[in-house]
Amino acid sequence: MSGSVVDNTVSSGNSSAAIPTDVSGQILDLDEDDDLEVFSKDTTLTDGSSFNASMQTSPASMINQYKFEEDADTKDIFVTVDNPESHVTAIETYITYRVMTKTTRSEFDSSEFEVRRRYQDFLWLKGRLEEAHPTLIVHPLPEKFVVKGMVERFNEDFIETRRRALHRFLNKIAEHPIFSSSEDFKIFLTAASGELTSHKKQGPGFLSRMGDTVKAVAAAVRGVRNRPQEFTEMQEYVEAFSQKIISLDKVTQRIVREQKEYLEELKECGPTYALWSQSEEELAEPLKNVAGCVDRCCKETEEQVKNLSDHLIPVLHEYVLCADTLKAVLRRRDNIQADFEAKTEALATKKANRDTESKVLSLAWASLVGRSPEEVKQQKLKGEIKEMRDDLDKAEDRLEWANNALKSDWTRWQKVMRTDLRSAFVDTAERNVSYYEKCLAVWESFLHSQRTDAEGNGKVDFS
Amino acid sequence: MADSGSEAIAVIGNTDLTPSESENNLKNTMVEKGTSLLKKMEISVAEAEKRTGKNAVNMQETYTVYLIETRPVDAASEGTNPALDSLWRRYSEFELLRNYLLVTYPFAVVPPLPEKRVCKQDALVTTACKCDLNSCTVTSYFLQQAEFVWHKLSADNMDPDFVERRRVGLENFLLRVASHPVLSSDKIFYLFLTEENGWKETMFETGFQAKADSRLKALNATFRVKNPDKRFAEMKHYGDELQSVISQLLRVRARAADRLYGVYKVHGNYGRVFSEWSAIEKEMGDGLQSAGHHMDAYAASVDDILEEEEHYADQLKEYLFYADALRTVCRKHELTQYELEMAVQDLTSKKQQREELATGTIRTFSLKGMTSKLFGQETPEQREAKLKMLETQIEEGEEQVKERNAECDEFVKSAWVDIERFKEQKDHDLRESLISYAIMQISMCKKGIQVWNNAKECFNKM
Repeated sequence: MSGSVVDNTVSSGNSSAAIPTDVSGQILDLDEDDDLEVFSKDTTLTDGSSFNASMQTSPASMINQYKFEEDADTKDIFVTVDNPESHVTAIETYITYRVMTKTTRSEFDSSEFEVRRRYQDFLWLKGRLEEAHPTLIVHPLPEKFVVKGMVERFNEDFIETRRRALHRFLNKIAEHPIFSSSEDFKIFLTAASGELTSHKKQGPGFLSRMGDTVKAVAAAVRGVRNRPQEFTEMQEYVEAFSQKIISLDKVTQRIVREQKEYLEELKECGPTYALWSQSEEELAEPLKNVAGCVDRCCKETEEQVKNLSDHLIPVLHEYVLCADTLKAVLRRRDNIQADFEAKTEALATKKANRDTESKVLSLAWASLVGRSPEEVKQQKLKGEIKEMRDDLDKAEDRLEWANNALKSDWTRWQKVMRTDLRSAFVDTAERNVSYYEKCLAVWESFLHSQRTDAEGNGKVDFS
Repeated sequence: MADSGSEAIAVIGNTDLTPSESENNLKNTMVEKGTSLLKKMEISVAEAEKRTGKNAVNMQETYTVYLIETRPVDAASEGTNPALDSLWRRYSEFELLRNYLLVTYPFAVVPPLPEKRVCKQDALVTTACKCDLNSCTVTSYFLQQAEFVWHKLSADNMDPDFVERRRVGLENFLLRVASHPVLSSDKIFYLFLTEENGWKETMFETGFQAKADSRLKALNATFRVKNPDKRFAEMKHYGDELQSVISQLLRVRARAADRLYGVYKVHGNYGRVFSEWSAIEKEMGDGLQSAGHHMDAYAASVDDILEEEEHYADQLKEYLFYADALRTVCRKHELTQYELEMAVQDLTSKKQQREELATGTIRTFSLKGMTSKLFGQETPEQREAKLKMLETQIEEGEEQVKERNAECDEFVKSAWVDIERFKEQKDHDLRESLISYAIMQISMCKKGIQVWNNAKECFNKM
């Protein structure tokens, strides 16, 4: 698959990639195919020259290309997810969401798109991005279904929470310098359902991914010998971060539970005051008033609980999943390094064999046998060694690429995480302030009514 | 209505008043209303102390005594601090005083004493105390198995919190009595406040004990009144309703308080996690750390909040017990009415007997009549004697009826005056309580706004 019209960079399949070296702030456009060639384990695509050519510029310069300044002004693509609808077929029932795109990017055929996508489609997109960029950090998707809360798949709240999460997911992709120019992403946003289905069928599919996983597991067992310090630090951070964010998630959920129980009790207060007011004369009015105030506070408390569940908890939950993603990314990087180290070792061994063999043979056989079989063997070895060296070079480049990609994306991710969590907590604090302000107003209005009453009564009582 | 003097416009302070402050306002109102006693002296229960001694069965016991301080209100010597009189009294002595007042002024709605004892409860009970709140007065809080529990359940009468609350309650009792138009001028009450020894003897000399015993017996007996006074019946019904609804409110409120405690305390966990998290972050560290402190402050603030709610609960509880006093008055009226009816009935039957004897006609079936039919009539002398006796009895009976009628009238009049007074007091006080509850809620909201605004600032620095 080729032919994506990408400006100023690779033309389809061609080797000379005019990747500018001085591109601080510019988005790197890579032809999707090249990515696949580089990173898939599919060894049939062995156009080594093409790979090498597109890797002409040193991986170091790639770092520049991944750096970006988050400039809201330069945002040129807007994606929204809304309007969930349920679809019933003979086999199943599922929900689709409307995905709307508005963009000024020239690689898009038009400036507005509207498609309908289901959860599976999002899963597919995520998988493709992860495959293409094993050491970049893909924002997590909401989970398949919540077993814990016994939430039904088609429950309104569940669908709304999921919709918000899917919206966030797509926006994270759109804001990512690499992902947003992914061909799969573009197709996801623009293709009609039929087109998407057929596109999905192409390219490395499920089995290939399975293969990757198996190989990844196998590789993980191998272990890494000289992990650079910064990645070790990254791992330690991720471990700690994961624990903290899980704790925050748990604490928030506990708060929601306690609030709900408080609400249950509070709901009985208002009616009790109302009941009391029925036996009273003078006190009836203030008692009824208090009953009303308590009821209003109940409503506010209810809304506050909902806010926590709808806004803070999903974000915390996403970052719990992020932590897992980070762990996976670090593992994948380790695997790439392990692969490189293994290949290095293999080549060294092979070379050593060749040296020893050639020494031994030249002494022993020089006089006894003709050179031919010897030479053939040597020649074969030479060939093997060259292949291994090429492989090793590829592995080395892959490793460097992976490391740099991860380093850059790590910086980016930290910024995004900071922004997300900051705004989530600021939002929560604001909602809490608003909750207390509303309750305050309720009770102040009660006081006010009693003051004016007192003044009135005082005049009457005075004898 | 006794002339109480100054006006009693509700003192609604600014919303920054704490409920204990508004409680003082309540006391000031009582003093302002000023009976002559209160105009003369200041009364307070200043302290509490533990004592040990031998009780009635010669066993060692520990008990608490309370210091009653009185000080003459001398307008002339404003600058100087006049001498303080003080004496110590135990709770049981307060009880004696109250019983004396109950018997001596049966028509009065006598102010209640604070709780007699606290119900002991298992720490892991998950339902509210089930005991009858009429007899066992309890601040029962719904304890949870979670680590967040706010138990205001004093396990014994020695608990300092309980003692303190009782001290306040006793002072309240004295002030209530002192501001009662009738009770405040009672001599025994005055002696209770001023004579450490000899008070009891003087009280017993009034012979109230005997009256108390007979009254108690009579009140506990079941009797039916033929013509119940509608007003009193309604008042009794009201007393029942008040008691029931306030108990319910106290229970519900207590459970809600426990839950609220849990909500606030869990936020303390945020503090801990933020602090730990800040250790691994570079730029976010400071914001997180300071936000964490505010979360700790938020969690800690609930203790004060619930402490203030306790004052509110105490105010409700006083009227819970007052409801009982009200019902008692209605019951006593019933008794008085019943005794009147009995006297009237007795008189009527005696008059009837006289008539029968005089006219010789036996209108109603009586054993006498039957026997006289069977065994012959009595002699005229015997009849004469009987008639004379009946006449005397009838005279006495008429006297008694007149007395009882007067008693009843007197009782109704005084009781109704006091009930009206009580109603006004109750309406005023409970309205004040509701206002102080609102003030408390406002204070809680203001604290919440402050904490979360502070937290928001810190989060912004993240």
